[in-house]
Amino acid sequence: MIPSAFDYVAPETLDDAVRALADAGDDAKIIAGGQSLTPVLRLRMNDPSVVIDLGRIPALRGVRDDGDALVIGAMTTHHDILHEPLVREHALLIAEATATIADPQIRHRGTFGGSLAHADPAGDLLASALALGAEMTIAGPNGRRQVAAAEFFEDLFTTSLQPDEILVDIRVPKHSGWTAHYEKFNRTAQAWSIVAVAAAVRVDGGAIAEARVALTNMASVPVRARGVEEALVGRAADAATIRDAAERAAEGTSPAVDGNADADFRSHLARVLTSRAVTAAAGV
Amino acid sequence: MTAVAEPASSPAGEFGRSRARKEDAHLITGRSRWTGNLTLPGMLHMAVLRSPLAHARITGIDVSEAKSMPGVVAVYTGADLAEEQGDLPSAWPITPDMKKPPAPALAVDTVNFAGDAVAVVLARSDYEAHDALEGIDVDYEDLPVVLDLESAAAEGSELVHPDLGTNVSATWKLDSGEAGSGGDVEQAIAEAESSPDGIVVRRTLRQQRLVPAFMEPRAVVVDPNAQQATMWSSTQIPHILKLMLAMTLGIPEHKLRVIAPDVGGGFGGKLQVTPEEVLTLLTARRLGKPVKYAESRSESMQAAHHGRAQLQKLTLAAKRDGTVTGMKVELLADMGAYMRLLSPGIPVLGAFMFNGIYKIPAYHFSCSPVFTSKVPTDAYRGAGRPEATFGIERMMSELAAELGIDPLEIREKNWITHEEFPFNTVSGLTYDTGNYEAATARARELFGYDALRREQAERRERKDPVQLGIGVSTFTEMCGLAPSRVLGSLDYGAGGWEHAQVRMLPTGKVEVVTGISPHGQGHVTGFSQVVADRLGVPFDDVEIIHGDTQSAPKGLDTYGSRSLTVGGVAVAHAVATVIAKARPIAAHMMECAEDDLEFTEGRFQVRGTEKAVGITDVALAVFAAHDMPEGVEPSLDSDVTYDPENFSFPHGTHLCAVEVDTETGRVELRSYVAVDDVGRVVNPMLVEGQVHGGLAQGIAQALFEEAVYDESGTLLSGSFAEYLIPTAADLPSFTTDRTETPATSNTLGVKGVGEAGTIASTPAVVNAVLDAVRQFGVRDIDMPCTPMRVWKAIQEGAR
Repeated sequence: MIPSAFDYVAPETLDDAVRALADAGDDAKIIAGGQSLTPVLRLRMNDPSVVIDLGRIPALRGVRDDGDALVIGAMTTHHDILHEPLVREHALLIAEATATIADPQIRHRGTFGGSLAHADPAGDLLASALALGAEMTIAGPNGRRQVAAAEFFEDLFTTSLQPDEILVDIRVPKHSGWTAHYEKFNRTAQAWSIVAVAAAVRVDGGAIAEARVALTNMASVPVRARGVEEALVGRAADAATIRDAAERAAEGTSPAVDGNADADFRSHLARVLTSRAVTAAAGV
Repeated sequence: MTAVAEPASSPAGEFGRSRARKEDAHLITGRSRWTGNLTLPGMLHMAVLRSPLAHARITGIDVSEAKSMPGVVAVYTGADLAEEQGDLPSAWPITPDMKKPPAPALAVDTVNFAGDAVAVVLARSDYEAHDALEGIDVDYEDLPVVLDLESAAAEGSELVHPDLGTNVSATWKLDSGEAGSGGDVEQAIAEAESSPDGIVVRRTLRQQRLVPAFMEPRAVVVDPNAQQATMWSSTQIPHILKLMLAMTLGIPEHKLRVIAPDVGGGFGGKLQVTPEEVLTLLTARRLGKPVKYAESRSESMQAAHHGRAQLQKLTLAAKRDGTVTGMKVELLADMGAYMRLLSPGIPVLGAFMFNGIYKIPAYHFSCSPVFTSKVPTDAYRGAGRPEATFGIERMMSELAAELGIDPLEIREKNWITHEEFPFNTVSGLTYDTGNYEAATARARELFGYDALRREQAERRERKDPVQLGIGVSTFTEMCGLAPSRVLGSLDYGAGGWEHAQVRMLPTGKVEVVTGISPHGQGHVTGFSQVVADRLGVPFDDVEIIHGDTQSAPKGLDTYGSRSLTVGGVAVAHAVATVIAKARPIAAHMMECAEDDLEFTEGRFQVRGTEKAVGITDVALAVFAAHDMPEGVEPSLDSDVTYDPENFSFPHGTHLCAVEVDTETGRVELRSYVAVDDVGRVVNPMLVEGQVHGGLAQGIAQALFEEAVYDESGTLLSGSFAEYLIPTAADLPSFTTDRTETPATSNTLGVKGVGEAGTIASTPAVVNAVLDAVRQFGVRDIDMPCTPMRVWKAIQEGAR
């Protein structure tokens, strides 16, 4: 690994981190686990003058119950999320998506907030955060602000975080009693998602009472499949309903083209995987 | 293990024993010596500036900023080294008129692939060297880029090397009619086409580009100040490297020493004399200081040679009962931008294997190496033989499908039967032994072939979205490279012998010197077992010395599954020589006739008596030399150079079941059975390891790996994020077994196993995928069979 030279700062409080970021100017980078930043540095695709490590700020870690929502610290590792019963109980979709991330070593280093702030369209946690209506708490020199997931993801690797801001925590409304599934499609166990579908449903008396479906890697940002949700809600939780609803999965998407998939194939996958995700979520 | 022929008895019982590897303790406890970890006093670090463009003229290079940067000692361009860098060696001129461009280590006037070396920085630290690369300013003038193999070979194509006047370097041919090894293939094709009982199957198959992807990226350190200039390199070929550097750079051979310390894999990718090795040596000599170069993974993928990359136009003529009457092979082989050490010879090695295990009466092979604006290609695990096996095994399955005959049955109809060995093939080789019937029967049984065929039919019947495919591949390969006279007849630049010394020490311990250069295989363990077996000494009393041209001065190194079949046999012969030298001394010690002595389990025993001396006793007596028989020298050392008379021919039958998700195109390997016959086995665990790794690599070609370039000639699959190497999570638990038909071409009966798994698995998997989707009208899918390719093939086929 031969990156350019940079200064390294490891503050122990959020206030210090915000200050360090302000002091560093425009070309600072935050390291929040390093699973994406390290290759970027190694390949010299970015050469920040300062790297600010959030790994020593205890307040940014952990999951707490906050009444009608869970609050997940931005620096909570994938491993900790997987082993947190609160997440499984109230935000099962996030647990399901987290379980598909890479391997144990990476899950011990990578963080929930780091992944969301990096905003890779193939990242597996973005769609779940969007589907469950998560809200981001952001800290900057002028205090804190809240941004809904739908506004947070702006473009490819771009969020509404300003250069002097830090993602503090993610507030996820409780979806207790919902069932969920994350259907990931990739070529090898270690590869990025070509397309993936995050689905959570609340089935009541054999009918789908509520549904949240979002897509990974079908646009530069995660996309809610609202057409699918509409076609599901209020209908019987059966194979025919799900199949018909899934036909609307690619509506309003703008899938990228790469060696693994062209737009046609991605759209097709979105439909097939949506059907599978909702089927698994609804237990049909 | 299914015994087909009983192996000769091994007194000390070392053959067939799964000993844990001697090499492992230091490798897995961090005591290894990788070239990249080597540090010498005053050592400088070299970083290489590489061309971002696939084809361009260098119109100017400004290194002044780089030279002034911290820690920088020197910056050199191609112009600086033009006088002394010579031409990188290409040791295999396949035809007298083969066209070959100059191959400078540092580009002088033009760059010919993205990654071509343009300048080097020497600095006090690796970081400073890399920082200074950004201080070099190169002006390029774009030249036309040539990427597609078929278009490159066509008339009127833009040229990679305009001075050559063509992209087609040569055409190499083998025709059984002309050679007298078989009939005229054109006639066979014409007859099959005109006869109602005949069939001709034509396919154009593609071998994608692959990255060898050894675990340890390449690294080299040169100390110019040692008594002999010393190079440590992560190489498979210290001996060949030394010779080639001496010849290329005009350094006296005796003033150069090459060491291959622990080497983390090669797969043919380190069977090379690299620009980086030349540059490290030249700059170290110029500056009078040790220099290290250690590449990053992405640099390795961009600049180290690639493998495969062929277009195969295949024509198979047969009778409608499934009897093959002729095979015609027309190949284009992508050389990339330059000829490296063996580049044009790789497809030529395949010429002898397109007939596989079959009796094919008429055969024609032609091959044209073609230049493109890409990384040069060269040896990659199997080197020409996987490509050939893929061709014939895909075609046999296509023929079976066209005729509605079971793919195993059609193979049986055409293969050489056990009774027919030794067999002279249509491509001119003599297969010494083989038992295709036994290996196939065992594979079929382990696989549960009939039950899987039933399940396949049921799934088709009920239109299951997940369809089952069953793939068959047999293989044989010419291993144990190679009889020197054969290499000579192919215009290869060297022989194929191997060297061994056995030194019996006074205390009975044994030092063995080999010219084989292990890089992960476990040769130290295997060779120790051979010596322990033959000499009757304890396994732990044997030391194998290798990989240093000073301590192991003679050899031709490791590739082509030659280590045990040539190097191991050389060691066994050297042991036999030691025993022969010890015999008169033992007879003298016991005052008996030599003929009365029997050597078993390390002891000379007087026949019919209890009287005996151990080889160890003889060793001590020889050291003292107080009482030697008349005219016998006091030495139990031996020195053998062994040149094999023939290749060895391992073979096997592989069966693979895949599940194809027709809704997504995803291929899931369900089961894989490999029954290989590698002759007598020294260490079954090492064999198993080679087969498992080989299978993974061959399956990877079928399903996962491909070096992809964009239309400007930039490598898109430049890291493991895009170049997908399967891990254990992506592969099923393999079922492996062996039949054992000893080779008669060498005294150990061994055949070689390093490449076997890689060779059969690729066609087995692709045949399985096609078997699943042929019902939709699909006849071929390019490798790797990605979900998109499989899904689109189904959509188009079903139309």
